[in-house]
Formats: sequence, structure tokens, C-alpha cells
Amino acid sequence: MKRLSRYRRHKAAGPALLIFALLAIGTTFSVASATTTAQTTTADRSALIEEGRQIFLKGCSSCHGLNSEGGAIAPSLVGVGAASVDFQVGTGRMPMADMSTQAMRKEPLYTPEETAALAAYVASLAPGPEIPTEEQLNYERDGSTAEGGELFRNNCAMCHNFAGQGGALTQGKYAPTLMGVEPKHIYEAMVTGPQSMPVFSDKTITPEEKMSIIKWIKAAEAEPNLGGASLGRVGPVTEGLLAWTLGLGVLIGVAVWLAMKAR
Amino acid sequence: MTAEARLGQVANYVDERTGAAAWMKKNLQKVFPDHWSFLLGEVALYSFIILLLSGTFLTFWFDPSQREVIYEGSYAPLEGIKMSAAYASTLHISFEVRGGLLMRQIHHWAALIFMAAIVAHLMRVFFTGAFRKPREGNWIIGVGLLTLGIVEGFLGYSLPDDLLSGTGIRIAEAIIQAIPVVGSYLAYFAFGGAFPGEAFIPRIYTVHVLLLPGAFLALITAHLMLVWYQKHTQYPGPGRTEKNVVGYPLMPVYMAKAGGFFFIVFGVIAFLSAVASINPIWLYGPYTPGQISAGSQPDWYMGWLDGLVRMAPPLESHYFGYTVSWNILIPGLIVPGILFTGMALYPFIESWITGDKREHHLLDRPRNAPNRTALGAMSITFMIVALINGGNDLIATHFDLSINQIMWGTRFGIFILPPIAFVVTKRLCLSLQRADRELVLHGRETGRLLRLPHGEFVEVHEPISPEKAYLLTSHEQAPALELPEVDGRGVKRAGAIRNKIRSRMSVAHSEAIPKVSADDLKEIEH
Amino acid sequence: MSNEIEAIKDPGLPAHVHRKADHDPVAAKRAERQVAILFGISALGTLLLIFSYSFIPDDVFIFIPVMGEQNAHQLGLGLGMAISLFFIGMGAIHWAKTLMPDQEVIAHRHEFRSPDSDRKEFVQAVKDGAGAAGLGRRSLIKRSLGAALGLSALSPILLLRDLGPLPGNELEKTTWKAGTHLVTDPGNRRIKASDLEVGAVAQVLPEIEDPEHRHLSDIAKDAVLLIRLRPDEFNLDADRLAMTHEGIIAFSKICSHMGCAVALYEQQTKHLLCPCHQSTFDVTRAAKVIFGPAARPLPQLDITVDGEGYLVARNPFSEPVGPSFWERDSR
Repeated sequence: MKRLSRYRRHKAAGPALLIFALLAIGTTFSVASATTTAQTTTADRSALIEEGRQIFLKGCSSCHGLNSEGGAIAPSLVGVGAASVDFQVGTGRMPMADMSTQAMRKEPLYTPEETAALAAYVASLAPGPEIPTEEQLNYERDGSTAEGGELFRNNCAMCHNFAGQGGALTQGKYAPTLMGVEPKHIYEAMVTGPQSMPVFSDKTITPEEKMSIIKWIKAAEAEPNLGGASLGRVGPVTEGLLAWTLGLGVLIGVAVWLAMKAR
Repeated sequence: MTAEARLGQVANYVDERTGAAAWMKKNLQKVFPDHWSFLLGEVALYSFIILLLSGTFLTFWFDPSQREVIYEGSYAPLEGIKMSAAYASTLHISFEVRGGLLMRQIHHWAALIFMAAIVAHLMRVFFTGAFRKPREGNWIIGVGLLTLGIVEGFLGYSLPDDLLSGTGIRIAEAIIQAIPVVGSYLAYFAFGGAFPGEAFIPRIYTVHVLLLPGAFLALITAHLMLVWYQKHTQYPGPGRTEKNVVGYPLMPVYMAKAGGFFFIVFGVIAFLSAVASINPIWLYGPYTPGQISAGSQPDWYMGWLDGLVRMAPPLESHYFGYTVSWNILIPGLIVPGILFTGMALYPFIESWITGDKREHHLLDRPRNAPNRTALGAMSITFMIVALINGGNDLIATHFDLSINQIMWGTRFGIFILPPIAFVVTKRLCLSLQRADRELVLHGRETGRLLRLPHGEFVEVHEPISPEKAYLLTSHEQAPALELPEVDGRGVKRAGAIRNKIRSRMSVAHSEAIPKVSADDLKEIEH
Repeated sequence: MSNEIEAIKDPGLPAHVHRKADHDPVAAKRAERQVAILFGISALGTLLLIFSYSFIPDDVFIFIPVMGEQNAHQLGLGLGMAISLFFIGMGAIHWAKTLMPDQEVIAHRHEFRSPDSDRKEFVQAVKDGAGAAGLGRRSLIKRSLGAALGLSALSPILLLRDLGPLPGNELEKTTWKAGTHLVTDPGNRRIKASDLEVGAVAQVLPEIEDPEHRHLSDIAKDAVLLIRLRPDEFNLDADRLAMTHEGIIAFSKICSHMGCAVALYEQQTKHLLCPCHQSTFDVTRAAKVIFGPAARPLPQLDITVDGEGYLVARNPFSEPVGPSFWERDSR
């Protein structure tokens, strides 16, 4: 996935890239809003919930229980809210492919419409965090990159690394990279606290501040490599490796040539 | 006037005032043996010069102050953020000074290569036995330079006052604070009060740009003068003896090669700095004690130390209201202290074991000193295990492991793997000696098969050249020291245990596959 | 080495093999041309550097395979410099290898040890000098000089005294007092217990009058992490449980090992991990160390709410925060 997004960036020149990114985000929004407008009337809504329940019974209930009450291997979904479902299912984490240490981001199994139905069903069980609307997610207008950076370093960098590249947690768990994650999903993760991640309440980090964080992450993602190849933006480890291999390696190569007798 | 005549005039002017001609004449003909491994020290020397040049450039704009400023420069994601003047001026060098980012990256890459070259040079000197008499003093200077390099590098890494380096300073402060009795006092003196204060960066700046470079210059001068005066060692081979040195004269060949190599080193470092980002401090953000990034690591030459600290057991003693933090002292001070002292004293330890007090100018082939080579491999293994743990979080995420597994692996590995490396390397050296012996006795395998009249197949062996045969047999094979426990009159000697240890080590050190003698060869011919 | 065994004889330096350029003027000319070309490439590198410096603005980005988007100005400067330097070196070395004499020469070493007569004379000179100064006889001078030198070494140590104040009990003190409000970092907003959902964390600092000018040295001791669990998830003794408020527990964010910010909270396992050295603390058991080099739990802050429901500290920290130091237990 990471490689794919980098490849996409390869194809486009700087300004074109920006336009492309904006277009991509815009398209996502229109898809997202298309699903939300479907929930306008009550009749539509109960139909949606019923559709979600059917999907749930087929795809989720074996682990989460017929009434979402949870089980030995999966938590209860009562009160987790639509945002949680949208994040877990929308990023492909749920349903889990295997019972490994943690659910990985992958190609979503359900279509956006099915995801919306599932979210509506789970939200109907008990109130919980809502999926942010397109209007709420206007981070380009409402956010401040610098303030977002400050908040990010205070609240996120300890797990996701200074540039959002992800990092290790205990016992093989890890904080995933934030590169290429949709703004909606970043927001949902902050309010729902999926898996190892804690919840960042709207009172301690206000929705406006969350927009700033998203804006900073998107800025970091779009930031070109100012000083040469980024080496993964993971700090001195890769730098040391390169100094020994490419740096000293080339120098030793030249030294061997230097000491060789000419013919 | 011709160019030659003009040059003559200058030479005359200088010589009449200094009498330099006699000295210069001799030294321009100085002979340097040629081998790629002899250039590792040169890489370090040239990196140092590059560090001086690029570092001076950086001082023109760097403001070593922890005064709080609001950033108003051109890097938008930090606009309006509170930071120290040191961090803000580093951003200024990176983004507003043309070529400033390139110079910063040259400075940092040169520092990494400087340290890597020092370590590689040290390994070359160790594995070839170049530290033996009369070069023990120069070995100690070298260990001093390595130690200074680690300190100097750490201080330089700390100067920009970014989130990563500030975390490094925090850890350094904790190590100082952990020193028994005087720790908290030393920490308060170093930081001018409570951590982080506003005094530390200006202070380490002076140390980084004045005190330590001065010490470096003095030690490097002494290091080079000794090399010059004692003449370079050389690898064994036909025509090369303890009494001569075979190579190229300084003027013109070595001068052109060494001078050219300086430009090569500078060019390669400039290339790295052009294509690969290093220490992107604008991404790290300014330092504040409440923030941290996942995967906080030091530069590689400190990584082993960080790895040792990570794997330390959670030990702390509380005696009569006083605290001793073994979890910091053992990995942070005691183990490095033992390692570096042992390294500095190694030439004396080896000569005590072998009883060899003669001068050595011919290098050992590493296989011909199995014990020493094995010890070197063991030390390198120790360092690599520690280094791996220093990057355990990144290794965990990139290779789908868990930090707990790596930590436990290295906790055991640091005790188990080095001895295994010792045994394996020693066996390997002895096998190589055996292979050498075979080669001299029976010649090179040609891969050509011959069918004998009675149907047997044999491979044709070709005798090796007399030069090669000499190279493979010219080394010394000294027997172990004979240290009887009783002296001539049957009285037990003093220091029996010490003697026993020495005797044991001497036996281990002299273990070897007997090399081929001329008699052996004659016998085979018959 | 035992002498009975006859070693294989040294055949002496191998004969010098001439290079092509030594006897073939065409080859020599070619080598000369190669050297000149290498120097020429270097000159082109400098031109690239000058061009990049003067004509490429620093906001132009170009795409390079493998490396991604690159700043053209920086890349041009660097590559120009690298080419100009590297090829001077290549030219010089190629010149030395192909056209300068490549016959190895032999220099002789001499023993470093001085002749016995010199050594004797040196020892005598030292003895004479010392004798003339009366170093051996005048022990009063010797001893007083020794004492004076030793004492004079104290002055630089003494003069360094003002590098910093004495720590006193500062390492044990933080800004937290009974009744200090917990405020968000950054933001400096007070927090109500209801602001935190179960599973939520918050980075907090003590409320001060002038939050714009908070000292870093205060943050280095004051930073606190708030975590909300379900009260039944705690596994605490009564004293520690009383220090929590409705499932909200507060720990010093400064690692008890080496002072890094311990803020990796794993919501499912309720573990706190320090990214510097991977000490792991169990939040449900009062930050007991369960992995890594830290030897002590993180200090817990005693919290409650004020009349308006805002979280406040009920007591200051009962033990020093941050890494250990010698006098730590004595107070």
C-alpha cells in the first residue's frame, strides 16, 4: 500500500500532485457524503439498519455475538458508535483475516454502502461517536499546520513517530503508519481509540485541534524530501546503515582501485 | 625567468632561513607501502578536515542559545512555534542560507563516516597486529581519538536542540545524575541548574567547536608524527622484512594518491549529502521534555551504548537512604569503561601473554594469530548485539518481530554469542592455516581430472609460485611460554595463580597448524 | 621460533612488470588524455554548482527515480560539488597510477633504541642536572614544591564551582500542590472528569498563572499523563485506589529510568511503554514495571475534583519524579 502510494506520487510532478491529492480527497468526500445523505429520512434509516443487521449476522456475529454482545475473542460493539465501525471496516481492519497480534490495514471487504449500513446498525444499538460529516472534516480551512504539529508531537509522535511513519509497541504490536490514511479515518481513530490506541476526547483535544492534527499529517505526507532521499524518516538508524554501506563502502572501493597496480 | 628558476628562488629563500632542504630532501623520498586497508585511517583524517571546514561554515549562522524565540522563518509547518534560538538558527541554516542544508548534511555525514572510518581503521590495526611494539603508544592515542570522537559526535548531535537530540541530552543527564554521591551536583553544575535550563547548549558549543577540536588536532598531530617517524608497517611478502619498508616514495606518487584521495573522500561525502537526507530536524520539532518520538535513537556510534542501556536488568539498590542505579551505571559507565580500558591496554596484555618484547613492522595475516583474531571477532559480536538492541524497535516493526523478543534475545545473546564467535573464528583461522599448509605442500587444485592407467581418477595439482609459498610460510610460530611453577631450586614461585593464568593464555595464544618448512617440501619431492 | 627447521627462502621482491604506458607512447598519450578528461568532468561539476546556486530557485522540485521528489536547488548544489571534488581525486590518482613511476622502492628501517653510549650519557646528564639543582638533597624544597603544585590544582576546580547552583532539594519538588488544577498540554484548559471517556488519555500540566512562559525545566518534572479506565479494571491497594478519581489515574510522564516521556499507552493491555528504552509499566497495578530496565514504578499523582467538577491534585507527588539520584531515598 505504501509502495503503491509512493508510486502514484512518482508519476506526478509537484503542482500536479497537489491537484491530484485535492481531487482524490474531494472524490472521497463526495462518496462519503453520498452515503450520509442516504440517511435522511427515518424510513430510509430503518431500512439501512436492517440491511446492516443482515450483513452483521453474516460477517461479524460469529465473533462479536448475535447481539453484538462480544465474545471470548472479540469485544462487545454496544456503544462503540458508527465512527468505530466506519474506521474498522472502512480501513479493511475488520473483518480480521486471521487472529494475529493486531488487525492490519488492508483492502476493505465491504463496499462503502455496506459499511454505512453496518455503521448504522451498530450505532442503533447504543449511542456512540458519529462518523464526521464532510462539513466537520474541513481541515484545510479550519486547521493550523503548526498548531497541529505541536499537538501531534505531544499526543501522537510517541507511537506513530515524529513524521507519522509508525512505530513499535509491546509484544509485536505496532502503531501503523499514518501516511495515506484518509482524514476521516484519522479523525475516527482519535475519537474511538481502536485496538491499542487510546481515545482522545473532544474536550482534551477539541474537534478544531483534531482538524489541525489532520492538516499537519497531510502536510507531512505531501512534504517533498527537502534534503535528499528520506531514508524512511525513521531517524539515525538508517543513516548509520547508509554511512557504513554506501559511504565507507564506496570509499573502500576507491581505495582498492587506488592500491591496485595499473597495467 | 623560467618557472624552474623562480621556484629555485623561493626554495633558496626558505632554506636560507630554515635549513629545510636537508630535512625535506629526506622526507620527500619517504616510502609508503601501498594497500587499500592503509587508507582507512586516511578516510578518518580527511573526514576530520571536512568536519573542520563544514563546521566553520555552520558557526557563521548557528546561534548556540537556549533563549526562547518564536519561529518566523520560511518553513511553514513550524510557523509561530516556540523554540530555542539554537533550533531556530539551525532551521535558518537549512532553509534560508543557500547551500546551508547541504553543508549541514556534509557535516553530519562526514561525522558518521569519520567514526565509521576510525572503527574500520582500528579493526585493521587490531587484526593485523600493527599495535605491537613500538606502536603501543600510538594505539593508545588512537583509542583516545575514538573516545573523543564519540563524545564530540554526541555533542554535535545535541546542538540543534531538536526533539531527538534533546531526548539524548535528557538521557545523558540521567547518566550523570546516577553517579553515586556527586551525581546530582555534577548534573546541576553541567546544566547550570535543573534540566534542561538555558546553559547547556552554549557550554557544549564551546566544547564542541573549541576544546575538543583542539584536543583532536593535538592528538592527530602526535598520531601522524609517530607514523611518520616509526615508518609504516607493511604486509608480509617476498622482499619485505622487519628491516625494510617497500612502497612508493612520497614525492610524487604517494602525494598524488593521498592528495587525490582527499578529494575522493570529500566528493563521496558531498554526494551522500546531495542525495540522502540526514538529521531532518525540521521534522523532529523543537525539544520539550514532555514530548517524545517513537524510535528515538542516537547516531550509530552511540547506538551500542543505548542498546546496552535498554537490555540492562531493572536493578536499583537502596542503602541507608541512598540510591544506586545499577540499571544505568552498569551499561552506561561500568561496561564501557571496562571495554575501553581493556582495548587501550590490549598491546600490553598481549605482549605479557606472549612474552614477546621485540619490534614488529611486518603485519600478521589475521589467520596466523587465531587467538587475537577470535578475540576481535568476539568484541565485534558483542558490539553488534548491543547495536541491534539499540535499534530493536525499528527492527521489530520492519521484520515483524516484537521488541520483547529482540530484547530477550539480545539479553542472552550478549553473553552467549561472543564466546561462540570466539570459538568459531579460532577454528576458522586454524582451518585456513591448514588450507595454507595444503596449498604449499600439494599446490593449487587445477580442476583438471586425470585418469590413471589403472582407472583411478586424480586431480592435477599445480605447484604454487615461490613468492606465494614464501608468503604462506614466512610468519613466525612462537611456542608457548614455559613458565614452570617452581624455580630452579625447587621453590614455588611467587604469584602462582598469575603465572598459571599467563601460562594458560600463552598456550592458547600459540595454538597453530605447523607451517611448511623447506624440509617438508624436500621430503615430498622424494 | 625454533632454528632447527629450515624455513622456505625469501625469493626477494618480484621483478617489476612494466605498464603499457611505460613503453608505448600511444598508451601514455591515452592515459594523459584520460586524466585530462577526469579533470574536465570536475570542472563541469563546478559549473553545475554555480548554475544551481544562481539559477535554480530553492522551491523547484523534480522527480528522481528511487529518491522521490527532490529539491532541485539542493540536489544541483550537492551533485555539482560532489562531481567537482570526486573527479579531481580520480584524475590525480589515475595520473599517479598510470604515468608516475610505479617501481616499488625499498627504504631501510633502523632500530629505535639509541646506542648504549647515548643512553649512558643521557642518564648522566639527567643525574648531573638533578644533582646540580639539589633535587636529591633538598627535600624541604621538593616537598614544599609538591604541596604547592598540588594545592594550585585546586583553584581551577574551585573556579568551576559557579557553573551551577547546588541541587538542594529541587530534584524532589514539582509545581504540583494540593488544589492545583490539571490543564491540557497544549491548550492550558481545565479538565472535568466527564471530559474523559473510558479508554481516553490526556497530557496534562499543572495550571500556572502565566502559561505562555512555562519553563522547560518545570515541564521536565511536572508533565503528567491522565488515563481513564473502568474502575473495576484497577488492581490497586486502598491507598492507591483513593488517589484515583472515577477510574481516572494520573502518573508522572517522566520515566523513572532516564527521564524520557513515557506516553505510549496501550488501551487494550493497559500498558505504558517508554520509547527510549522500552520499560513497560502496568497501569492497573500502579505503573508497576513489568518489562525493561526501569527499576521503579512511575510516581502516581493524587487527584480529585474541585467544587465545580474540575480535576485538581489533592496532594503533591509523594516521591521525587524522574530518574534516580544518590540522595533520592533520604528525603
